[in-house]
Amino acid sequence: MSEEDGPASRVAIGLSFGNTNSSIAYTSAEGKAEVIANEEGDRQIPSILSYVDGEQFQGAQAKAQLVRNAKNTVAYFRDFLGQEFKDIDPTPCHQSAHPIEKDSQVAFSIQDTESEDVSTVSVSEITTRHIRRLAVSASDFLGKTVNAAVITVPTNFSDAQKEALRKAAADANIEVLQFISEPIAAVLAYDARPGASLSDKVVVVADFGGTRSDIAIIGSRGGIYTVLATAHDWDVSGTKFDDKLMEFFAKEFMKKHKNEDPTKNDRALAKLRLESEAVKKALSLGASASFSVESLSGGYDFTNTINRTRFELLSTQIFAAMTRLILQTVEKAELDPLDITDIILAGGTSHIPRIANNIKNSFPEGVNVWAPATKSDAINPSELSARGAAIQASLIADFEMENIKESCEPVVTVTPHLKHALGVLCISGDVAQGKFQPLIEADTPTPIRRTATITTPREGGDVLVKIVEGSRHIKVNKVENPAKANGATAKEADSDDSSEEEEDSDNDEEETREKVWHVGKVIAELAVKGVKKGGKVEVQVDVRPDLAVSIIAREVGAKGGVRGSVEAPKLENGSA
Amino acid sequence: MATAQIQLPLPVLPTGWSAEKDFKSVNSLSTPVHREIEPVGPHFLAHARRKRHKRTFSEDERIQAAENVKKVEDVDDGDISETEDPVMLQRDAKDWKNQDHYAVLGLSKYRYKATEDQIKRAHRKKVLRHHPDKKAASGSNEDDSFFKCIQKATEVLLDPVKRRQYDSVDEGADREPPSKKETQKGNFFKLWAPIFEAEGRFSKKQPVPKLGNDKSTKQDVESFYDFWYNFDSWRSFEYQDEDVPDDNESRDQRRHIERKNNNARKKKKTEDSARLRKLVDTALDLDERIKKFKQQEHAQKNKKRIEKEAEAKRAAEEAVKKKEEDEKAAKEKEAADKAAKVDGKKAKEAAKNAAKKNKRVVRGAVKDANYFATGDASASQIDSVLNDVDLVIAKIDNEELAALTANLNGKKDASAIKGVFNEEVARLKSAGKIKDGEVKSME
Ligand SMILES: Nc1ncnc2c1ncn2[C@@H]1O[C@H](COP(=O)(O)OP(=O)(O)OP(=O)(O)O)[C@@H](O)[C@H]1O
Repeated sequence: MSEEDGPASRVAIGLSFGNTNSSIAYTSAEGKAEVIANEEGDRQIPSILSYVDGEQFQGAQAKAQLVRNAKNTVAYFRDFLGQEFKDIDPTPCHQSAHPIEKDSQVAFSIQDTESEDVSTVSVSEITTRHIRRLAVSASDFLGKTVNAAVITVPTNFSDAQKEALRKAAADANIEVLQFISEPIAAVLAYDARPGASLSDKVVVVADFGGTRSDIAIIGSRGGIYTVLATAHDWDVSGTKFDDKLMEFFAKEFMKKHKNEDPTKNDRALAKLRLESEAVKKALSLGASASFSVESLSGGYDFTNTINRTRFELLSTQIFAAMTRLILQTVEKAELDPLDITDIILAGGTSHIPRIANNIKNSFPEGVNVWAPATKSDAINPSELSARGAAIQASLIADFEMENIKESCEPVVTVTPHLKHALGVLCISGDVAQGKFQPLIEADTPTPIRRTATITTPREGGDVLVKIVEGSRHIKVNKVENPAKANGATAKEADSDDSSEEEEDSDNDEEETREKVWHVGKVIAELAVKGVKKGGKVEVQVDVRPDLAVSIIAREVGAKGGVRGSVEAPKLENGSA
Repeated sequence: MATAQIQLPLPVLPTGWSAEKDFKSVNSLSTPVHREIEPVGPHFLAHARRKRHKRTFSEDERIQAAENVKKVEDVDDGDISETEDPVMLQRDAKDWKNQDHYAVLGLSKYRYKATEDQIKRAHRKKVLRHHPDKKAASGSNEDDSFFKCIQKATEVLLDPVKRRQYDSVDEGADREPPSKKETQKGNFFKLWAPIFEAEGRFSKKQPVPKLGNDKSTKQDVESFYDFWYNFDSWRSFEYQDEDVPDDNESRDQRRHIERKNNNARKKKKTEDSARLRKLVDTALDLDERIKKFKQQEHAQKNKKRIEKEAEAKRAAEEAVKKKEEDEKAAKEKEAADKAAKVDGKKAKEAAKNAAKKNKRVVRGAVKDANYFATGDASASQIDSVLNDVDLVIAKIDNEELAALTANLNGKKDASAIKGVFNEEVARLKSAGKIKDGEVKSME
């Protein structure tokens, strides 16, 4: 990087660089993040480069070359960067240029010049060329040369992969200000919306892309994010839906042309894939879609239609696997579906309505599922990464690189998180025991301060503020089918045809699950005396980074109040 | 962060609660978990500013921060690496039905226990090694047949329906039950527990009860065998269908094949139920606990019986003894009473006789004393003295009479006799039994 690339001359964008698609975004003067369309009008730019007679094509144009010029078309290469050849999975490149080994790294053997010679181009060089093109598109749109970016990467991107990407970008004259993880970018894109609330949340980000699916469980506390668990899956992803449709249309085609198997012919296969993907996308919007390919195989044109229901039937297994993947990751975070407040669906595949609907049905009622099918004000799932990156870029664009780097070091980011929730004991109805009311949830990073106002007994007087730790448990109740429980009244209403229904609901035991708090260690007790009738008590709890706690309790409106502090826990040995 | 509103009331301060300045510190918070917060967003910037404010971190702090942090990304723990059998690598993918899908993915030691996640990771590991592009790079000429085997294995194992069908007939997970002989050498539990565990994989009801050990209660053992005699199995045999109908055949042909398959599946299912039943029979037969419980039960019953009998005997004996004793006592009492009666009569009689004799002696004494007269006693004198004697006799009991008699015994002298009477009368007077002048002749 040259010296003059200081903050003053910086033009920074957000960049999402996927195996399948890339997108670029910027933050407008009004502070709104927007995804930029390239010259062809695409906001999702296929991460593909193709070479025809020495001319380089990118994006949709390059993708089209997969049919005629597959071996000089490089696609699905992001994950290869910074990895040794032995560690990569070449499967996605089945219908494009295959990766080869060069100095134990990954390269492609392509004819990228006018000459007939085949050259070996490293994945790093390919990446540089791709980023350069993206930067040009962004610069054209912004009217100034883009020279810096925040780039999103999966949570499991290694340091070696980041370094390789940093270098590849630098070679394209793009300074990487920061790598941020894709799911965090998605959360940021939602939290940056005007009016978004920063309440305590546990967010699942399910990123269903083209070649992989990534799940992250994120604790969100007042705009500070902690990744609690992740999962990565290469067996369920967008292309698997294409495979189902390809199989379907190939069969349909062969009903007409018995001896023309389009899957046995590379070019036919490529056409089949491209059109199947188009059909899949169309089915995210419409109830049916038509498939139409000229000269699919053996010179025969083929048109067909499929409706959404049929597509969903073909794909049931994939849908189920996606939902399972999310539930397994929740479990991995040692959480329960009842702990989840929001599910953000990201990635192009999240446009498929059934995915969002199935997920919604597998979680408790109140959970927000942010996807076009389940929320009208959901953000386009394909744009979340780039938007989040653009927001972060605008936040840090004015900082010195050194400053940014230092803020990202573990000594700054590693933070003690509360092991248990911290709350206050209140009285509930008939039970004489206290009922735990959380003030600060578990997994909240320190320092943290929380305030609550609490009602007092009807007559006021002297009250006890008992600050305790609480742990969340899941209580499973088996209840008889509610229809059956209400059977008596239902039967009276219409006694004729109730017998049949009854049989159905027989031994239909339903399980209801609820979150209950178990009271743990007592931390402190405070007395607030002489509270007025109908008065309220304000309690403020302040947990310092060393886990020392200070607490203030006072009647609302009164001065002074009771205050005190609790010592930090002793350091566990072994940490030294 | 806005102030939270809690609608439940705080408790009333318990009487007797007191603390200096109304604040009691009780416990420190639990030890925290060190996690990495994401260096993203406006609120993080504030955090970083606060944390870095006017300070430099020591090398130690940096190292600690990096080391203490709880990792969230999986690291390959090497749980799915198995050496690959060279024969397996030569397999023809067309024969996929007969391949050991778990072995192909290096999951032989997990089999039906392998999680979806493990299968996926195993698949990826295999792909990294066996993808045809990798082979081309290493210059080997191995065809992509084994790669296809991997794909097929993954397809089967990641499809819950197909996986069950395969698991139903996965011989690699089968466990041959030990022979009778083998079992009888001891080690019943060690030998049979894995058998039941393996069979348990087919149970619709999970978890499956465990075989337990020689300390298991009778109830546990009974419900264990109960479970197995009512085993509800999901095992099915379509994986072994000989013919698979395809779209090109006629409807009738397809029907025919389907029927044939269905019959074969049913037959195998029946055979399998019989096999399991026999296996459970064998185990039950060899299970020493069953014998032990029977013996215990038997012994318990016997013990009770013996105890009962002994008790009855003892009671009977006691009753007899008691009766005898009672009778004896009654007899003795009777005899004693009788004797006492007789004695009493005799004594009374003797006493009566003695009294008569004594009275005679007493009366005789006054006669010997010539009725206290000098010369011949007049009739009135005799009368008055005898009257007085009778009065004295009337006033004294038999003992006093005997004593009086004894005093008079051998006394011939009239004045001595009179002296005895005078003494007796004086004694009676002082006892208040005779008044002055009542017995004139003896004063
Ligand atoms: N409207 C749509 N309906 C259904 N699928 C869609 C739609 N739009 C895009 N997709 C699919 O989304 C996938 C691409 O997702 P995305 O743009 O998130 O890629 P990516 O992040 O580069 O993925 P990866 O890195 O996993 O390959 C493709 O399989 C594409 O077909």
